[in-house]
Amino acid sequence: MSRYEKLFENLKAKNEGAFVPFAVIGEPTLDDSFDVIDTMVQNGADALELGIPFSDPGADGPVIMTADRRALQNGANTPKCFDVIRRLRAKYPDLPIGLLMYINLVYRPGIENFFKMAKDAGVDSVLIADVPVEMFETDGLPWKSAADENGIDLIFIAPPNATDETLVKIAKYSKGYIYLVSRTGVTGTDNQAGHPIAHVVKFLESHNAVPTLLGFGISTREQVHDAVANGTAGAITGSALVKIVEENLNDKTKMLSLIAEKVRDLKAGTRKS
Amino acid sequence: MSILNPFFGEFGGQYVPQILIPVLDQLEKAYVDAMNDPEFQKELSDLLVNYVGRPTPITLCQNLTKGTKTKIYLKREDLLHGGAHKTNQVMGQALLAKKMGKKRIIAETGAGQHGVATAIACALFGLKCRIYMGATDVERQKPNVVRMKLLGAEVVPVTTGIATLKEACNEALKDWAENFETTHYMLGTAAGPHPFPTIVKNFQKIIGEEAKKQILAEEKRLPDAIIAAVGGGSNAIGLFTDFIKEEGVKIYGVEPAGHGIETGKHGAPLGHGSKGIFFGAKSYNMQDEYGQIQESHSISAGLDFPSVGPEHAYLKSIGRVEYVSITDDEALNAFQELSRHEGIIPALESSHAVAYAIKLARQNPDKEQTLLVNLSGRGDKDIFTVTKILEERGEM
Repeated sequence: MSRYEKLFENLKAKNEGAFVPFAVIGEPTLDDSFDVIDTMVQNGADALELGIPFSDPGADGPVIMTADRRALQNGANTPKCFDVIRRLRAKYPDLPIGLLMYINLVYRPGIENFFKMAKDAGVDSVLIADVPVEMFETDGLPWKSAADENGIDLIFIAPPNATDETLVKIAKYSKGYIYLVSRTGVTGTDNQAGHPIAHVVKFLESHNAVPTLLGFGISTREQVHDAVANGTAGAITGSALVKIVEENLNDKTKMLSLIAEKVRDLKAGTRKS
Repeated sequence: MSILNPFFGEFGGQYVPQILIPVLDQLEKAYVDAMNDPEFQKELSDLLVNYVGRPTPITLCQNLTKGTKTKIYLKREDLLHGGAHKTNQVMGQALLAKKMGKKRIIAETGAGQHGVATAIACALFGLKCRIYMGATDVERQKPNVVRMKLLGAEVVPVTTGIATLKEACNEALKDWAENFETTHYMLGTAAGPHPFPTIVKNFQKIIGEEAKKQILAEEKRLPDAIIAAVGGGSNAIGLFTDFIKEEGVKIYGVEPAGHGIETGKHGAPLGHGSKGIFFGAKSYNMQDEYGQIQESHSISAGLDFPSVGPEHAYLKSIGRVEYVSITDDEALNAFQELSRHEGIIPALESSHAVAYAIKLARQNPDKEQTLLVNLSGRGDKDIFTVTKILEERGEM
């Protein structure tokens, strides 16, 4: 049983959804990002979604884009980010850890090599924001074999405008969980209006898909609660947390205490009763 | 699923967030339908002739080649409405946008030529127009910024990163990911995710088709070599496409060497980059060992880009096109020489192609050869940049 499967089973027994924070590894520095992420776990994060910073994060809004840039300026690179993950894995052996990647950082070191590095660091899943299922199926690159050989779950994004045909493919190929998005646009909290999701969750369920987590624009306990009420297995929050880091670069104690408070608040939204 | 092959050999593809796949499919379908629609073809052809100013002539250089046995012909895309080849494909895409019922257009621009062309089309067709342009480029291509605004476009300076074309491309794609239902992304070069490289190529290949007929009429034979500057690659693929099957014709794509390849401050991913996947497609990038995209440099805003259209990567891989490079200084010299000796002020982008033609001529003064250069745009937009450099050197 994978860490994700165990997590979703345990949470179901407790009648809770999962709260999954996103963090940029290396933001603001490699060591500080370990402390930020550690604080998230200590305060109720059920799993982690981590980004290795990229020079040109095309699916991210200004908050995460700025964070990526700062992390790179402060010396983050792929091997150093894997070192941070290794430390987290040592401390939290059962915690599901996912990577949210841009394709060039996976392709350039060699796809097989990247997935092997991920496995060695203790990563459970990889989502590549700019590999749609159509490319995954037809481009001839070894996405699936590299992931399978290293025991890593591939995650796909189910956007609000996906056709049934696309959703069937997403259900078929996703392991671990499906990253559900209820609105158009890039990451960030400016845009919160969402399409209804309950029917998408049901559709995916009827195709024996793994559980869904709702992301993009989730910044409040109420939104997390709504996500769970609509049948998802939980929610992912990125920009709202990354923003706390950015706003408190000069006061780490305050940064960590605000992160702790926010994560506790968002986690509270996952409790159904 | 796409109707056309999204790849050129191993290059190209559709590496975008899942949310953009339906709108790329919609665009592809509109394009395929249009290609089979005689009405569309007639409408486009009328626009190109009566509004844009096609065909453009070819001009034999009178003075530039003195002391050599080389003939240099210039394909005069600088004479098009808007001042560059960009207007060709913008008209095609504007008609597609109209067919798809899109009311708003967004575009990226480097030198501002594609931005101006887009603004022209939007004014003509009554479409809302927003242009993303790196703040650095807004500064160095001011005349084009003024033109875009006068034409009714909103120009958004992008301040992230080094604030040039790469950042403008990122922002345009983000806007599209949010507003694709109402908005067409009028991508300006033969790059990006499928179907853009194919669409842009097919709306630009008229350059080479015309030039081939014209040079055959003048010379009764094909040129020995054809030459075009390569940034994203649209003017080059436009010139090259009809010549690719002509095995006797050498084809050169000229990338910007900036301060010199050895300095790392250049924009030559084909010559000096590595394979990667960026801006929606597999191609060659300037990038580090982990895949972080590096900053490019060129005196020419339109060539200042760390990636390149995927079909050029393919043409390199099969050895059909030789990709060479020209430094800022060489391009500037060509800019001055063409201005002084032929009475034509070329765009700094096109000056790279002219510089390579001059190099071929002077390296081998006794060789009889005919070269065809794509003079993709005029240099009015560059006069302040060039003046500043010449004043700093005390040459003006």
